[in-house]
Amino acid sequence: MLFYLFGAIAVAASLLVIAQPNPVYSVLLLIASFGALSGLYVLLDAPFVAAIQIIIYAGAIMVLFLFVVMLLHATKEEPEGVPAEAGSPLVLPARGAVRLGAWLAVALGIEFVWALASARESGDFAGGSVSSVSALGRLLFTEYAFAFEVTSILILVAMVGAVVLARREDPPDAGGAATEEGAR
Amino acid sequence: MTPRFIAQIGLTLFVFVMLLNAAAVMVYFERKLAALLQQRLGPYRVGPKGLLQPIADIIKLMFKEELRPAAADRWLFALAPILSATAAFTAFAVVPFGAATTLFGLLDEPMLLQVADVNVAVLVLFAVTSMGVYGIVLAGWSSNSKYSLIGGLRSSAQMISYELSYALALASVLVLANSLSLTEIVNGQAGAWLGVVPRWHLFLQPVGFLIFMIAGVAETNRAPFDFPEAEQELVAGYHTEYSSMSFAMFFLAEYINMVTVSAVAADLFLGGWHGPFLPESLGWIWFLVKVGAILFFYVWMRWTLPRYRYDQLMSFGWKVLLPVAVVNLLVTAAGVLYFGL
Repeated sequence: MLFYLFGAIAVAASLLVIAQPNPVYSVLLLIASFGALSGLYVLLDAPFVAAIQIIIYAGAIMVLFLFVVMLLHATKEEPEGVPAEAGSPLVLPARGAVRLGAWLAVALGIEFVWALASARESGDFAGGSVSSVSALGRLLFTEYAFAFEVTSILILVAMVGAVVLARREDPPDAGGAATEEGAR
Repeated sequence: MTPRFIAQIGLTLFVFVMLLNAAAVMVYFERKLAALLQQRLGPYRVGPKGLLQPIADIIKLMFKEELRPAAADRWLFALAPILSATAAFTAFAVVPFGAATTLFGLLDEPMLLQVADVNVAVLVLFAVTSMGVYGIVLAGWSSNSKYSLIGGLRSSAQMISYELSYALALASVLVLANSLSLTEIVNGQAGAWLGVVPRWHLFLQPVGFLIFMIAGVAETNRAPFDFPEAEQELVAGYHTEYSSMSFAMFFLAEYINMVTVSAVAADLFLGGWHGPFLPESLGWIWFLVKVGAILFFYVWMRWTLPRYRYDQLMSFGWKVLLPVAVVNLLVTAAGVLYFGL
């Protein structure tokens, strides 16, 4: 019952994210979708993952998204001038992109269903085994230690890259204004 | 409808009403204390010693006109205060405030004095607090006013930055207590060393407590870190454009957040409801005393320290508080490993 509720919210919110003309609303709907997903994790007996989902995705990453969208003054997207040259080959590139996207979505859907089906057969859905935080931590630092370390290096590289990209060549005597900008 | 179910609903309602009351009492308490610290009288007209002042304030707020700027985003403008207040109330749901009780024998099994006993309570607390940031960001953006926008951005940047140190200070307690459940953390602090010193985490984690309190004050946007409301530069920050009850919701959220931070600090560092002289069933009195003391500290600090400058706050958060918190966590983890505490 709750599964269908959360599932419906997640799907509806995700669809509205791309159907929305206003980017700020899109970001908020994405947050709603993450919230519903975290509800699904709770139903799967994984409260830790649910809490982490909210903290990391909805709480940290989306706030930054929202900042970017707000500060760039992203205005409402006007629907592109379709009616005039609806049938002409000139709009084909855009049309082609839409069609490619649709095919990709269908392919992803099929793959997802296939993955679910095969996982059910192989009995990977044993569930409940990693619901406790200590069990999860132990697994991360023993069986998956290599993947864990590689991921952390990847994130470190991304962080260093972001710092390098965001750095400005300031004159050495840049005053308080520059430091304030940097601190933000 | 088992008695337990009814008791649980009753408890939830009780917590809700008590949080509303706590905000009202806190406003009165703050005004009286401010007056005391500044050698004034404070509110004294409404009721004996001005005790009914909060009620007068609420009535006044209710009868004010609800204004919305013409250029504001209608939906988000309405949503923002709701988000703030909801997050503030929800955060308290995982905070335990007393030992398990049978309500004078009415229940067969003892019930925890906590709305929701989640085994990852600390993380849920964070998740909900981080949702509260959205209320402020959206309020700032949807008002379509420069003061609101800057106030909203400042306070959300502040909350996001200080959340890290807050989380790391908390993590060192989690390492000590070896649990993520607030109830278990509190119960781990029962008793005393050598029969005299209570086994509070405060004594094992003095640095952690300090970081937690500083970050907690910054999290709740209170003086000396009350930039969102720096009147001289920003009018009233993110809630400049709000009036009537939607303003009251932000106000409520701020005070409830203070109560929640104090309650969490009492649970994590000051032993929650454990204390000498009182039996376990009256432990909530100790809890109230501890929360009250921390709230007093909040007000005391507000009227003692001047406001920082915004860039000072940011560089302090990132360059001092965060490294100290990281080192504290490392030292704690090493200590736990070495001494097996």
